[in-house]
Amino acid sequence: MKRFSWNGLTARYPALFALTLLVLALGINFLLQPNLFARDTLNSNMRVFLPLVILAAGQAVVILGGGIDISVGGIVSIVNTILATRVGLEGSPAAMWQYVGISLLVGILAGALNGFFVAYLRLQPIITTYATSFLYAGLALFILPNPGGGIPTTASELYRSSVPLGLPLAFYVIAIILFVWGYIRSTRYGNFLFSVGGKAQAAYETAVPVTTIQFSTYVISGLMAAFSGIAITMLSGSGNAEIGSAMTLNSITAVVIGGTALSGGIGGVAGPMLGAITLGFLQNIISFADIDTWWETLAKASIIVAALATPGLINLIRRRRA
Amino acid sequence: MKRFTISPPMAALLLAIVLFLLSGLLPNSYGSDVNIAIAQATNILRLAVFLGVIAAGQTLVVISGFEGIDLSAGSVVTLTAIVTYVYVNGADEKVFVALLLSLAVGALIGFMNGIGITFLKISPFVMTLGMSGVVTGIVIILNHGNVSGKVAPIMTRVIARPISADIPIPGAIVIWIIFGILMWLLLERTSYGKYLFAIGVNRVTAKLSGVNVTGMNLLTYALAGALAGFGGFLLVGNTGVVLISLGQPYLFPSIAAVAVGGTLLSGGKGSYWGSMAGAILLTLMTSLLTTMQMPEAVRRMVLGATLLLLISIYGRQRALRQ
Repeated sequence: MKRFSWNGLTARYPALFALTLLVLALGINFLLQPNLFARDTLNSNMRVFLPLVILAAGQAVVILGGGIDISVGGIVSIVNTILATRVGLEGSPAAMWQYVGISLLVGILAGALNGFFVAYLRLQPIITTYATSFLYAGLALFILPNPGGGIPTTASELYRSSVPLGLPLAFYVIAIILFVWGYIRSTRYGNFLFSVGGKAQAAYETAVPVTTIQFSTYVISGLMAAFSGIAITMLSGSGNAEIGSAMTLNSITAVVIGGTALSGGIGGVAGPMLGAITLGFLQNIISFADIDTWWETLAKASIIVAALATPGLINLIRRRRA
Repeated sequence: MKRFTISPPMAALLLAIVLFLLSGLLPNSYGSDVNIAIAQATNILRLAVFLGVIAAGQTLVVISGFEGIDLSAGSVVTLTAIVTYVYVNGADEKVFVALLLSLAVGALIGFMNGIGITFLKISPFVMTLGMSGVVTGIVIILNHGNVSGKVAPIMTRVIARPISADIPIPGAIVIWIIFGILMWLLLERTSYGKYLFAIGVNRVTAKLSGVNVTGMNLLTYALAGALAGFGGFLLVGNTGVVLISLGQPYLFPSIAAVAVGGTLLSGGKGSYWGSMAGAILLTLMTSLLTTMQMPEAVRRMVLGATLLLLISIYGRQRALRQ
């Protein structure tokens, strides 16, 4: 029988580590909050986690392609402010859906702008998307200088309390994303994506359209950020230009916890989505564990660092023994 | 015909000078009064010192390559500012020890970043991001709502006030010039600097040429932490008060200053002069936009667009086809 190899396993199933963490987090959370798996608790948790889960999926695609997108939070904010100002609390459902469509277009456009600078002008992804994040966050603040506005309650209720067939809406959204990703992974585009992220030069020499692939990852990330913005707007029911700013770094953390390497070409999208859910449950655990408020930030950050360090530690110990 | 080229640090500096001269045309600016113009220029330079010093560590880490970046710089600045503030407590004789303490605290945090990055193989972006969370957590606990302390009079006199009644140059600028020369010596005239560029260009060849890459990496992150610590020490000497969010606003500008100064974010190429010029340009732009009474939204958009423009001019990476 082949010897158990942690490296081999995680290479084949990049989401494995994320899954382990998630089960661990779920277990601890269940001990602290026994009704965790009741339908309403599950729904109220998942609907809060969903925006970050969607965002992490988009971020994962960019990172797989060898880039990074710091502007996603800005796009989330733009979408949120557009919906909150243009639809309004008294808006009709028709207007709501119209602006949902426009939001998606805005997301694609913002992503295309990132992609243009990174892929066609060959600028460094971190600094480019950092610069555009200022553009987008500024635009969001321009649209809605002070928190306010809103969307019709029917729309937010649809998001908050639909439980088709007894399962929270978030599960269906996650299932759809996973299904689409599974399909993309099996296409030629999927192979191209991994090869560009792995080594762009080698991919170019084997006739992979590197520039187009890189461009497309930013468009996908922009689109997912728009979906995430729509979700968070339906969750909160109101507008705030700063709503997305904290989400950018969380989405990157989720990707890394999810076993997708920041160097590109290694990992997948399922892991980062699990990573985002894990981060959500972690927040839950900390709020339920009766930790002194002053200690919350330190506790959360230490757990994240420990989670990030674990795979490295395992490898280090194994190498010492070998 | 020789193609006209201009080095990024010169370009950033020239742009800063042109912008400053143009700003004289603004209705509420210095107009034709040379004395006020000089006073304003001095003031902007003084403000740029803090960003410049914090960007020094960032420059080292970025030059070291391997996606090197230090996202913990902002929170380290806050931590050492608070440590200095509390420890000194108004006593002049404790200032020197406080300076050493700031450097040591910063170096320790940077060293831990280095350990995570070199031994546990966590990517610098995520490791320093996680560390930033941990340090912020420590700051929150230390701060506990309020800290009691006081800046020593000698710090204010040396850092914030002019060096003498006849020479209206604030001490901070003198400190910065000496600091800049030391940084230049470190990068260009020591074996540390030579090895730093070597590992930034190519880790494998550096290792094969006998450079201790692991040691260099640890040293660089520790040094970057110490320099951020020094930034915190200077900053609190200037502001005289501590806030929980004192350092964070300097984090991304410090990366932007490095990029604007022509240091490649992929490593191996750059200078501290560039970061100094970048810090001056960014500080000038922020203060100009404030003078023009632009709303926060416009300020952010202009900063983002300028950053994008500057990196589009000289931040482009090598084409795949060569």
